[in-house]
Amino acid sequence: MTRQEILDELKKVLAPYTADKEALAKVDENTDLIKDLKINSANLVDIIIDAESKYNIEIDYDSADRMTNVGSCIDVISEKMGQGQV
Amino acid sequence: MSKRVVVTGLGVVAPNGVGVPDFLNSIQNGVSGIRFVPLYEELKFSCQVAGVPLFDWEELRNYISEVSFYGLKARGIGYGLRAALDAWTDAGNEIGSEQTDWDTGIIFGNSIADTDAMKNVISRVDNKEVKKLGSRVVEQAMNSGVTSYISGRLGLGNKVVTNSAACATGTQAILMGYEYIKHGYAKRMLVGSTEHVDTYVFGAFDSMRVLSRKFNDQPERASRPMSDTAGGFVPGSGSAALVLEDLDFALARGAKIYAEVLGGSTNSGGQRGGGSMTAPAPEGVVRCIEDAVKLSGIEPSQIDLISGHLTATLADKFEIQNWCKALNRSGNEFPYVNSLKSMIGHSLSAAGSIESVAAILQIQHGFVHPNINLEDPNPEITNIIGNNCLPTTIVQTDVNIVAKANFGFGDVNSCLIFSKFNN
Repeated sequence: MTRQEILDELKKVLAPYTADKEALAKVDENTDLIKDLKINSANLVDIIIDAESKYNIEIDYDSADRMTNVGSCIDVISEKMGQGQV
Repeated sequence: MSKRVVVTGLGVVAPNGVGVPDFLNSIQNGVSGIRFVPLYEELKFSCQVAGVPLFDWEELRNYISEVSFYGLKARGIGYGLRAALDAWTDAGNEIGSEQTDWDTGIIFGNSIADTDAMKNVISRVDNKEVKKLGSRVVEQAMNSGVTSYISGRLGLGNKVVTNSAACATGTQAILMGYEYIKHGYAKRMLVGSTEHVDTYVFGAFDSMRVLSRKFNDQPERASRPMSDTAGGFVPGSGSAALVLEDLDFALARGAKIYAEVLGGSTNSGGQRGGGSMTAPAPEGVVRCIEDAVKLSGIEPSQIDLISGHLTATLADKFEIQNWCKALNRSGNEFPYVNSLKSMIGHSLSAAGSIESVAAILQIQHGFVHPNINLEDPNPEITNIIGNNCLPTTIVQTDVNIVAKANFGFGDVNSCLIFSKFNN
């Protein structure tokens, strides 16, 4: 999967957790989940669980801590999918 | 200086009506909300009927944010949100203010967190899948979940309390809210209670052999308070909420006023003198009613209507005896008495608040709702109070003062006195 493909899928994972649909439509790799998408920090764990199930991967605690913006989410997801850097 | 407290908003989710207009129509016409539940037959329950609100879960999208709605599963919280937010807007308020409202608090009760939701926790944990539970379980499993969802939606900043006293919960929540305003601690209190009697809680009651079991094929006849054929109660689910308000505050903002809370009392028989975990001590009940009357500054003779606890068990006749003793009224001198449970069953913690909404609607619209399924009143009851006190069809009459009581497991009693508002 390309980074763009992962990003497109990731938007669907994030959708239920943000009320700001305009910000969601405009996401790019620099979009911060909490500051820009106004996602409740408690929901980050739900996003990780949903991503694990969507991509059939396991995200460990240390990797999860890195997932603060869209770019780092894509990094972790592609890494765990065994694709290395894409 | 003590404040007068009035009711300015109502909301209800009941088995026979969701929303005040539907509920009012049902209680005026004796419409039952008791339905057959095929799952209970399959599970070999003795009682296979229940009071089930016809609740459209999707409509909650109009009440809470999309993010909050996503992942909300606990039905008791859904019922409570709907009832509370309806009461809030009924009182003329907006939902979703950006400011914290420091003058308004909430007391909302329930019996038990949703065990259907907890079932998911238990199976995940047992399957070594704890990591998949996510962030939304604790907030829905905690007893203060319903209160927290409501207070968060409305930005309530005064006292935020969750109470629990089994079947006395709802009346107790209203009483505590009344007391906070009366003593000047809050200008407004959103009060009420919710209950979702899920399969597991229902099963536990079924096993106690206290539920109706002879009318599974005629659900609408299954809840029969005060009748000779009363054979146990029918569990029900739902919620109701009231906005209580300092009279001066209500008048200043031009709020419509449904009724006044004159006073009330809550106590316990101490599980002594005939009282136990499951039965109220008569002396405790009598004292509770006497105190409620005294603290309300009325005479027992002024009570027009008793909205009883009256669940359709052996306890009904003892309850009527206790009312007779506490009010020193009997025979045809006894007030009208009705049991909403004949139509909706016993919704445990939610009973007191749903029945209080019914009591206030009877004051507002001038009627006494019928007792359905009372074609065969228990002679041990009609020996002490007149048949005329037990209406089986609607009575159109001025209702000035209603006494509303509930009695819960743990031998906890709670009694409220509502009155027509006269300035």
